[in-house]
Amino acid sequence: MSCCSASVMVGPTDPPADDQPGAAVQDELWLESREIAPGQRLSELSVPTIHCVGCIRTIEEGLKAVPGVLDARVNLTAKRVSVQWEGSRAPALIETLKDLGYAAHPWQAAGEKKDEVLARLLRALAVAGFASSNIMLLSVSVWSGADAQARDIFHWISALIALPVLIYSGRIFYLSAWSALRRGHTNMDVPISIGISLAFCLSLYDTMRSGPHAYFDGVVMLLFFLLIGRTLDHVMRERTRSAVKGLARLASKGALVEKEDGTRAYLPVEEIQVGSRVIVAAGERIPVDARVLAGSSDLDAALVTGESDPQPVGPGAQLQAGTLNLTGPLTLEATATVQNSFLSEMVRLMEAAEAGRSTYRRIADRVSRLFAPTVHTLSFLSFLGWMVATGDPHRAITIAVAVLIITCPCALGLSVPMVQVVAARRLFDRGILLKDGGGLERMAEIDTVVFDKTGTLTLGRPVLQNRNGLDSDHLDLAAALAAHSRHPHSRALVDAHPTARPTAFIEVAERPGFGVEARLGEDVYRLGLPAWALADQAQQREVANKTVLSKNGKLLAAYSFIDPLRPEAAAALRDLQRKGLKLEILSGDHQAAVEALARKVGVSAWQARMRPADKTARLTALAEQGRKVLMVGDGLNDAPALAAAHVSMAPANAADVGRNAADLVFLGEGLDAVPEAFAVAKRSARLVRQNFALSFTYNAIALPFAILGFVTPLFASVAMSCSSIVVVANAMRLNRGARRRNPEASGTMSNSIRVNPEPVR
Amino acid sequence: MSVLIYLIPASLGLGLLGLATFLWSLKAGQYEDMDGAAARILLDEEDVPASAKSDGASLR
Repeated sequence: MSCCSASVMVGPTDPPADDQPGAAVQDELWLESREIAPGQRLSELSVPTIHCVGCIRTIEEGLKAVPGVLDARVNLTAKRVSVQWEGSRAPALIETLKDLGYAAHPWQAAGEKKDEVLARLLRALAVAGFASSNIMLLSVSVWSGADAQARDIFHWISALIALPVLIYSGRIFYLSAWSALRRGHTNMDVPISIGISLAFCLSLYDTMRSGPHAYFDGVVMLLFFLLIGRTLDHVMRERTRSAVKGLARLASKGALVEKEDGTRAYLPVEEIQVGSRVIVAAGERIPVDARVLAGSSDLDAALVTGESDPQPVGPGAQLQAGTLNLTGPLTLEATATVQNSFLSEMVRLMEAAEAGRSTYRRIADRVSRLFAPTVHTLSFLSFLGWMVATGDPHRAITIAVAVLIITCPCALGLSVPMVQVVAARRLFDRGILLKDGGGLERMAEIDTVVFDKTGTLTLGRPVLQNRNGLDSDHLDLAAALAAHSRHPHSRALVDAHPTARPTAFIEVAERPGFGVEARLGEDVYRLGLPAWALADQAQQREVANKTVLSKNGKLLAAYSFIDPLRPEAAAALRDLQRKGLKLEILSGDHQAAVEALARKVGVSAWQARMRPADKTARLTALAEQGRKVLMVGDGLNDAPALAAAHVSMAPANAADVGRNAADLVFLGEGLDAVPEAFAVAKRSARLVRQNFALSFTYNAIALPFAILGFVTPLFASVAMSCSSIVVVANAMRLNRGARRRNPEASGTMSNSIRVNPEPVR
Repeated sequence: MSVLIYLIPASLGLGLLGLATFLWSLKAGQYEDMDGAAARILLDEEDVPASAKSDGASLR
């Protein structure tokens, strides 16, 4: 994007006509906005790095200053901005945000609907909460000794309140129980549905006959507690899912296609045919597998193959979809449609891997599978027992219902989601997004961690080596020249020397595959490959693998770059080893690079030159040995392996296919997120087990009373509330020590502003 | 006892009022950005009468 060089003073430059990535972005913005009033449109942008009140102000004020923008509103929770604008073209929203320091991406309006399920759950919860508090008021007066006449009135009012609640709020459980029964199995909702219906009918019958006991309060309170658990479970899943969805997309949505008559159109990628001529500007991703017809450039394939160095390409070269075009415009001929491209190939491999993975049943489901039949049997047995003993069907049914109500899994229903919500919050504060609770449960079981190299153990972008030993005048020149290029080495130079003195270069031009050239007075400066920038052959050989700065063909400075380890990588790996986990590195890069890195971080098991299928095969082999593997990877080539692993984790700047496959995504740069997530998962698993133990203890104590017929509605209500409160309080213990670490946590989040070192286009 | 005839409907009515308010606030989108609502209190906005502000200031 041309705004990168805004801060450097330059003379007139002459960009090639095709180099207008901004136009494509604006076409995409237009496609994804929706009309809210005549002439006014609404765009939603995902800005993953919003994290504080300062960001809200900067973004809202910055966007409102853009011509055509009517209003901008940040949603901090979803990390999105809604922008209202008018005019026939989308304002430069993405560019403005980028200038403000935020990477932004258009949010898919099509897939975006308001969360209907959550709204329904909350409404049901509110209604149940209202009813249970009001019925409880009436019940308390009954328990404290209302006379028979008042008691009957109170019971009737309670029944009137409970019936609509049973229908409205109970519907969620009835529907779920019905769909389970129809498919021939039973879930936790079956005993709940039977319990609340039977209890309601029995209480109604007793009310008509002026009986002393009614369970209306118990029924409604049960619904209320269960709905809390259900809602928390849902909120946690949706919240992080939307945050993950909002990160950068890898696949291009559309591409500039040149038709036979020479006209150009921006078409969706699905419409690109084999043989279509596609024009890809610098900074865009290659949309489909293609062959270069004209132009030359450098390609960044780090996400696709795991190779860390950019590859120069020229006419005739075969390109894989998903690679990033760095320096020059290319005219391509598509050799595959998007369905047959490398990217889709990976998705297919991934689906195969997922199908092969043994399905993991969530712990709550496993427990309920045992629990539901037990409750049914116990309840039925107590009915039979009392029938035989007394011959009084009313008494027998009352006791059977009491057993159903008292064993109904309030605490059980709360125990898992409560812990997971607290855990997800802890992880979120540390910059780790958890996609679903199952991932956390699986994370606690792992015994092996497999890492990818490029982009996972390393940052996946080069950094200038030996920064302090360099001549700063030369670095000024180099950084000013580098500001005109998207090549990762140029970026690294600019990053290393952000305070470069403005230099009045003229005729700046990028020579794709070689470097940048510019004039200053009579002198010609070049920054790039030695063979191109230097006149002297001997000197060229001397600095063969470096990037050089030359003046009229004479060497001024030579720069070398390394792909540095992620912060905390070595410490994180040591930490994991200390916790008794086996480590392994699987990389697509060449032998020497992998070996050097493995030695540096102290990992003895490594394999190089692994193709995506090899990685998946290795993970399957590990799984067959009974090992539970955590896969940490970022590239497109890791996506099938991420899907095949027992549980997987990816950095936020990973390929989106991989990010979607991963169970956890970490936003910061530090690899310490991995041991952190493991530690939280371990503690959560312990708390979940404790919670199960607590709720079973409660059942074990309460059940004999219920079976023996001592349970009154008062007893049931008190027991139910107490067990739920104990479970919730226990889950909160996960937060212990969290406050102390908070300053550190906010540091992690602010680092994440640099999560996306390269723009999507 | 006759006082119950007034008190019970009154308590139920108040409860229903609370429920209706909650459902309204839910529908009005007040729970969509809880973190943002907590943070925005720190923003110093210009205190201008509503009529003087430019149109279209509300985006839910």
